[in-house]
Amino acid sequence: MIAMPLPDADVMSRRDDIAAALRRIIPVASVIDAASALRAYESDGLAAYRQPPLVVALPETTAQVSAILRYAFDNNIKIVPRGAGTSLSGGALPLADGILLGMAKFNRVLDVDFANRCAVVQPGVTNLAITKAVEHKGFYYAPDPSSQIACTIGGNVAENSGGVHCLKYGLTTNNILGLEMVLVTGEVIRLGGKHLDSEGYDLLGLMTGSEGLLGVVTEVTVRILQKPETARALLVGFDTSEDGGQCVADVIAAGIIPGGMEMMDRPAIHAAEDFARCGYPRDVEALLIIELDGPQVEVDHLIERVKAIAGQNKARTLKVSTSEAERLAFWAGRKAAFPAVGRISPDYICMDGTIPRKALPQVLRGMEDLSKKHGLRVANVFHAGDGNLHPLILFDANTGDEFDRAEAFGADILRLCVKVGGVLTGEHGVGIEKRDLMPEMFSEADLEQQQRVKCAFDDKGLLNPGKVFPVLHRCAELGRVHVSKGNLTHPDLPRF
Amino acid sequence: MTPLLAPASEAELAACVKDAASPFRLQGLGTKPTLGNPVSSPQVLSLRHFTGLVIYEPEELILEAGAATPLSDIEKTLAQRNQMLAFEPPDYASLLGSTSAGSLGGVVACGLSGPRRVRAGAARDHVLGFSGVTGAGVTMRAGARVVKNVTGYDLAKLATGSHGSLVALTSIIMKVLPRPETEETLVLRGLDDAAAIALLSEAMQSPADVSAAAHVPGVGTYLRLEGIAPSVAARRDRLVKLLARDTGILGSAESTALWTGLRDVKPLWPLRESAIWRISVTPSEGPAIAARIAREIDASSYFDWAGGLIWMAVSNASDGGAAVIRAALTSGHATLMRAPDPVRKAVSAFTPQPPALAALAARVKQSFDPGNFFNPGIMVKG
Repeated sequence: MIAMPLPDADVMSRRDDIAAALRRIIPVASVIDAASALRAYESDGLAAYRQPPLVVALPETTAQVSAILRYAFDNNIKIVPRGAGTSLSGGALPLADGILLGMAKFNRVLDVDFANRCAVVQPGVTNLAITKAVEHKGFYYAPDPSSQIACTIGGNVAENSGGVHCLKYGLTTNNILGLEMVLVTGEVIRLGGKHLDSEGYDLLGLMTGSEGLLGVVTEVTVRILQKPETARALLVGFDTSEDGGQCVADVIAAGIIPGGMEMMDRPAIHAAEDFARCGYPRDVEALLIIELDGPQVEVDHLIERVKAIAGQNKARTLKVSTSEAERLAFWAGRKAAFPAVGRISPDYICMDGTIPRKALPQVLRGMEDLSKKHGLRVANVFHAGDGNLHPLILFDANTGDEFDRAEAFGADILRLCVKVGGVLTGEHGVGIEKRDLMPEMFSEADLEQQQRVKCAFDDKGLLNPGKVFPVLHRCAELGRVHVSKGNLTHPDLPRF
Repeated sequence: MTPLLAPASEAELAACVKDAASPFRLQGLGTKPTLGNPVSSPQVLSLRHFTGLVIYEPEELILEAGAATPLSDIEKTLAQRNQMLAFEPPDYASLLGSTSAGSLGGVVACGLSGPRRVRAGAARDHVLGFSGVTGAGVTMRAGARVVKNVTGYDLAKLATGSHGSLVALTSIIMKVLPRPETEETLVLRGLDDAAAIALLSEAMQSPADVSAAAHVPGVGTYLRLEGIAPSVAARRDRLVKLLARDTGILGSAESTALWTGLRDVKPLWPLRESAIWRISVTPSEGPAIAARIAREIDASSYFDWAGGLIWMAVSNASDGGAAVIRAALTSGHATLMRAPDPVRKAVSAFTPQPPALAALAARVKQSFDPGNFFNPGIMVKG
């Protein structure tokens, strides 16, 4: 288990005072401090980690968020922002000595502006609700994390969420235009708006994916896109992951950017087929779903080109969807991959590295070796177009040390991703899950610069501490770096 | 003569910065000297030796090159594999009176994007990572050579558009994309500004997947379609039908020439003595904002980004038109791109920010450059 910072006993002893102070800012019922009720907030999508918060506050206006942060700032109380709590990296894991700031009451779509192809929404609006608000005119909000029915746009901004379509349509960061946010001091600022480039430093880009460590988002302006006229998919099986990987590379080298390009390995194919009976071939090592979207004539044309490329790469099975029902059937197994794996194993954890695609065969082989080393099974689903790998590590939390072994296995996989030139996380965020692996990817100087940026926003370190950074530097220490040149290391600082 | 330091390696660069006694003016190929507020430091820190392709992997959609690599070299390399920098980096040589489009690092540091911004995103959306040396003399990198990455803060976006005030870029990783096989442009004539922008908006709301939308008052209103030939033809036919107006078509070569000109601000080149502004606004508000300004001062302008980007030339105003322009903005911000020296000295190049935001921006600057050694005052007039 990954350790969190030790709670501050003094703050914990002031729980009743803190709850009372919060009740002077927001309605009495919007402050939760009963132990039984706090349990509902004790974890997010990284469910192995649980910690009831000190108290939960559920504001519903920017002014209330500002007043709560100001109070917390003045009284040195930590804050953990939370959207729907679907983070897979523990980004919304509460602290025993911190206020959990639930943003669920910010649930209104404020403005739909088709003329400017954007919508202004509150952060507690779900990802899918944005699409629902604009689809009557043929629009949608492009990033589609698999939790889109539940996850909120505020959480998407915090995590820079992706989805299966982000090779073509981008991550959250490429699809938002503006933010209103509250700094830890309670100051309210606006970044960007409906115009297409924000002024000054790109703090909008910096905020997106900052995992709740820099500020609390209270309003989001998102780009909306016209839905593609049609979509068709190919389902292609290969004898080797090399052939499948080469097919993906050749599609992209041919100048084709599919709307989605997903790969599954043999264990994932079998789990999905057993669960969903979706007609996947059982005798292939790699299965690709390649979806083309756009105008009918374009899709029909590109389908033929991709078909030819698949043939040149020794495709063993190849089906092209001829109806919407068939296209959805191709996806049914992939979309059910997680519950399917859940059926064959009591527990699993989902990893999220990105690798250069050309390293896929090497990484899959490495994973087989690691599977033997740790004595645990792994199934792989892969956003093949952009190299984002989701190994699902199968284990049983009630059996001996399997959870610890699963975590160690996951860490080894991410180390391997970094070794081949990839990264620790493609779309789930660092959170607590990958926090201690950050030095695998970044030098101490790189990490210290990131922490100096954190200090520019939150020099007391009150916002979501214990996430993202493996070593908690005090801002004053970091500030001295320039003065004490060449003395970058602080071996005296605790690791937690 | 201006003192000039031109380190040959990252280690030398870091040493230069650590040993610095006074601030630097950072320079790549020196083609955009008038962007940002004037920097008075006499000492130039040239990054010209950080040049050349580091890695190009077309199948991975990534390219890494030294920051001072000429943009034209990079575009040539990409064209050989039918790829491109999709944000359509502009060439302001004629606008700014310099000799070339400059370097990759210059385009990134200035955060410059062309007409395809409306479809493919801005420069910041295509910068995946960088190596460089901070104003504190610390060698660092951010991001990685993969297109999908959320590990740690997105410092690559922060560096983009920071005008060399945070970090001296030595190497930059870019996302690259396939070049469209063909393009066409629909041309409509005789529309006033309001009608033109309304029409561009209508086209942008259609499924035609318009890749650029501009209006030059008194000349024409333009919509570009890109992609494979059968798709472009089908979308063109439907768009013509939707717009229900007399429409001309420019073929591929003419279309390319038109958009290169609009990208590079060619309509304003003849106005050599004017102050040049780049005004970013809510697209539908573009015509009203431009009209409000033109009622008060001698301004001529054209619209890109479906109305969201106003290029404006102002003559006969002692402040280059700054006061009138900034008072007219109901959204967005205005950037002074070129002006006579006295105007540049008197006027803030960027729209001043509200106090809390300005203070935050100053703290961010300080986090990279605590001694204010890199381009002091370029973002915020001192």
